[in-house]
Amino acid sequence: MSQPDINTSTTSVGKAGRRSANAKSSLSERLASLGPVLGLILLCAVGTALNSDFATVDNLTNVLTRTAFIGIIAVGMCFVIILGGIDLSVGSMAALIAGCVIMFINWAGPALGSPLLAVLLGAALAVVLGAAFGLIHGVLIAKGRIEPFIVTLGTLGIFRAYLTYFADGGALTLANDTADLYAPVYYGSWLGVPVPVWVFLMVALVGALILNKTAYGRYVQAIGSNEAVARYAAVDVDRIKILTYMLLGACVGIATLLYVPRLGSASPTTGLLWELEAIASVIVGGAALKGGQGSITGTVVGAILLSVISNILNLTSIISVYLNAAVQGFVIIAVAYLQKGRR
Amino acid sequence: MTDTAQSLAGVSVAFDGIVKRFGPVEVLHGVSFALEPGRVYGLLGENGAGKSTLMKILAGYEAPSAGSVLINGEPVSFRTSRDAETLGIVLIHQEFNLAEDLTVAGNIFLGHEKKRGWFLNEAAMREGALAAMRQVGLDIDPATPVRRLIVAEKQLVEIAKAVARRARLLIMDEPTATLTPSEAARLFALIARMRADGVTVIYISHKLDEVERITDEVIVMRDGRFVGRAPTHTVTRHAMATMMVGREIADQFPPRLTVDETRAPALGVRKVSVPGWAYEASFEVRPGEILGFAGLVGAGRTELFEGILGLRPASGTIELQGRAVKFRSLRDAAKYGLTYLSEDRKGKGLHVDFPLGPNLTLMALERYAKPWLDPSAERRALEGAVDEFGIRAGSLSVKASSLSGGNQQKLALAKVLHPEPKVVVLDEPTRGVDVGAKREIYFLIHRLAQQGLAVIVISSELIELIGLANRVAVMRAGRIVATLSGEELNEETMIAYATGTRHVAA
Repeated sequence: MSQPDINTSTTSVGKAGRRSANAKSSLSERLASLGPVLGLILLCAVGTALNSDFATVDNLTNVLTRTAFIGIIAVGMCFVIILGGIDLSVGSMAALIAGCVIMFINWAGPALGSPLLAVLLGAALAVVLGAAFGLIHGVLIAKGRIEPFIVTLGTLGIFRAYLTYFADGGALTLANDTADLYAPVYYGSWLGVPVPVWVFLMVALVGALILNKTAYGRYVQAIGSNEAVARYAAVDVDRIKILTYMLLGACVGIATLLYVPRLGSASPTTGLLWELEAIASVIVGGAALKGGQGSITGTVVGAILLSVISNILNLTSIISVYLNAAVQGFVIIAVAYLQKGRR
Repeated sequence: MTDTAQSLAGVSVAFDGIVKRFGPVEVLHGVSFALEPGRVYGLLGENGAGKSTLMKILAGYEAPSAGSVLINGEPVSFRTSRDAETLGIVLIHQEFNLAEDLTVAGNIFLGHEKKRGWFLNEAAMREGALAAMRQVGLDIDPATPVRRLIVAEKQLVEIAKAVARRARLLIMDEPTATLTPSEAARLFALIARMRADGVTVIYISHKLDEVERITDEVIVMRDGRFVGRAPTHTVTRHAMATMMVGREIADQFPPRLTVDETRAPALGVRKVSVPGWAYEASFEVRPGEILGFAGLVGAGRTELFEGILGLRPASGTIELQGRAVKFRSLRDAAKYGLTYLSEDRKGKGLHVDFPLGPNLTLMALERYAKPWLDPSAERRALEGAVDEFGIRAGSLSVKASSLSGGNQQKLALAKVLHPEPKVVVLDEPTRGVDVGAKREIYFLIHRLAQQGLAVIVISSELIELIGLANRVAVMRAGRIVATLSGEELNEETMIAYATGTRHVAA
């Protein structure tokens, strides 16, 4: 700068003050980001103390496998929540996708004459359907300017009703030959780690990369932090919103393609309350529901933490396992209360 | 409402060694001075001098860490602003404290509702609101929801609220920032009337001409300390500014640049209309030229540019560097080399919760994504911008919210210039910025023009346009009524065109 440094005394005083204030806030932020990890460690210690079966490789593998579905959806949900949006429909969407995939495979197996091809196409269909549902959400929210809460509350009902209609109130079940062919996607493992866990890991890694290392990820954070500022900074807000809901839809599709071989069927209770678990994972992981803030690591830890709680309820008899969703509800409210002071 | 006899007497104030700490940071270092009733005081100081904190202590929003406030000789300790209000002390905030969904009358009586039994006495409140609004010169229906008011009207509602509370000591923080000259004149008349009634007024403003015009005495603060006071008629504006900054200020404005008239316009706008706001606006700006836009609040200046930039539906032709263009969004405009700095820094200009780097690079982020973002390149860009724009920050990793207003504004400028536009539109580039930072911003704009950028400055501060611009387009009621340059570029002529009168408004 060629200009003289005006009023150096003010700036130096101000600087010192700001620096210490900043150091303090980043420390509290670091503590906040460690919170879920500390909670998880504490829970594991409690689990080990209560039941000797808890800390076994089998049980922990089982916990991680069960986490995979919710965790994968939670990674997508993390993007939507950082964007400042919400998707209440993910559970119903998963159910409808599962139903559609099963109907498709059951039709395509005999029709194409190749059960393997039918399964592969069915798995791809899950992702395509998810992205398509996400596209619908995104367009209604970004272009139609409808609140995401309302749009996805509507589709929550629509998706599940269509599944119930297709299943005629009962269940849609995979034919035996294709079910056997599809089973390894859930039951198989590689290097001793179940396939769903590998997929979960991949989705989380790719998600973290996209969120932190791409212009798109930065735009998602910018929109969630302040949409008007992002718009005035020439960010294509509508396109980013649509893409983000599509990304969540694709994540739901991936979770569903892993879920279908588990039971080989879809019924009106498939994916029930998954939205609660996915949103809870993101919030427990430290994201702010008003947007702008959140991390994939936190979300993954949050998802594992919630499954550990339910696993401990299963292994011990302190609280009835029927109260699992209630415990999750209490956790999400408690965490939101603790977050209140931030920002 | 307390209509006691005591509240009708004047209020004298004495600050005695006021210290205020926020955590480890001390922002007021033992401030002592006294105010007599029935006088108008100008409280001067740069941003961060501690004026607002001291006034919040006086009005009961903050408690002092040490020292005491004496009202009429009695030490007081307010727990809430209501305690202060019972003594007739009212602070009008710079950022409005209005419930947007309530009516004007509802806001004026918020927290002090008139009741009949268990029910609200709407008729009495309407009467009271009308009386207060008449005093401040606000001529609208008290049943109008505040959401529907323009910014200047909201400011007047805030003042009416204070009037309705029978303020005996009124603190105004930059009340004219959003007012038109005639609205400001009415406010000054009101201040004079209140002073005659024995009300003490503390007037905070960066506009030294106003301070000179309406105050009896000026009090200057710097770096959280009281530095001096003097009867207003004994000090010049220049002396006031020097006291605030603490050193002699050289010329506030850079020398005027000469524009190369032979160069083709960087931006040519012909007959652009923005329905409801602007009609058939035509103007050109050449590379290296600074074109000012003057006009009253509501004259359609911001809206005209929002139309040009694709933020509002508009018709007409726009040529950028000789090419006809039509922008559908700001993104389009930025792609063609036209960027815009909003007048609303916190609402539209910066992500205050983001660190400095992501704010700077947001408009040109593609440059840093190949395909993964390159943090070290972003950091280098930030270091360059901090250097070039003179942004003073504690460290490069702080959030934008921790910068002072002036430094935030410099960051916002750096941000809209980061995509390397050919034409930049700066809407109120020095709003809420102190004298020192203003001067830096003027020199920055000057240097940008020197480098061949075409600059459009929209401003409500006429002095700023006179000092900075080569030509000034004056808008009134959505139309460009004159484009002034040379001898004609003076306050009187601009006001005459802006108000549609040939004589200067009171």
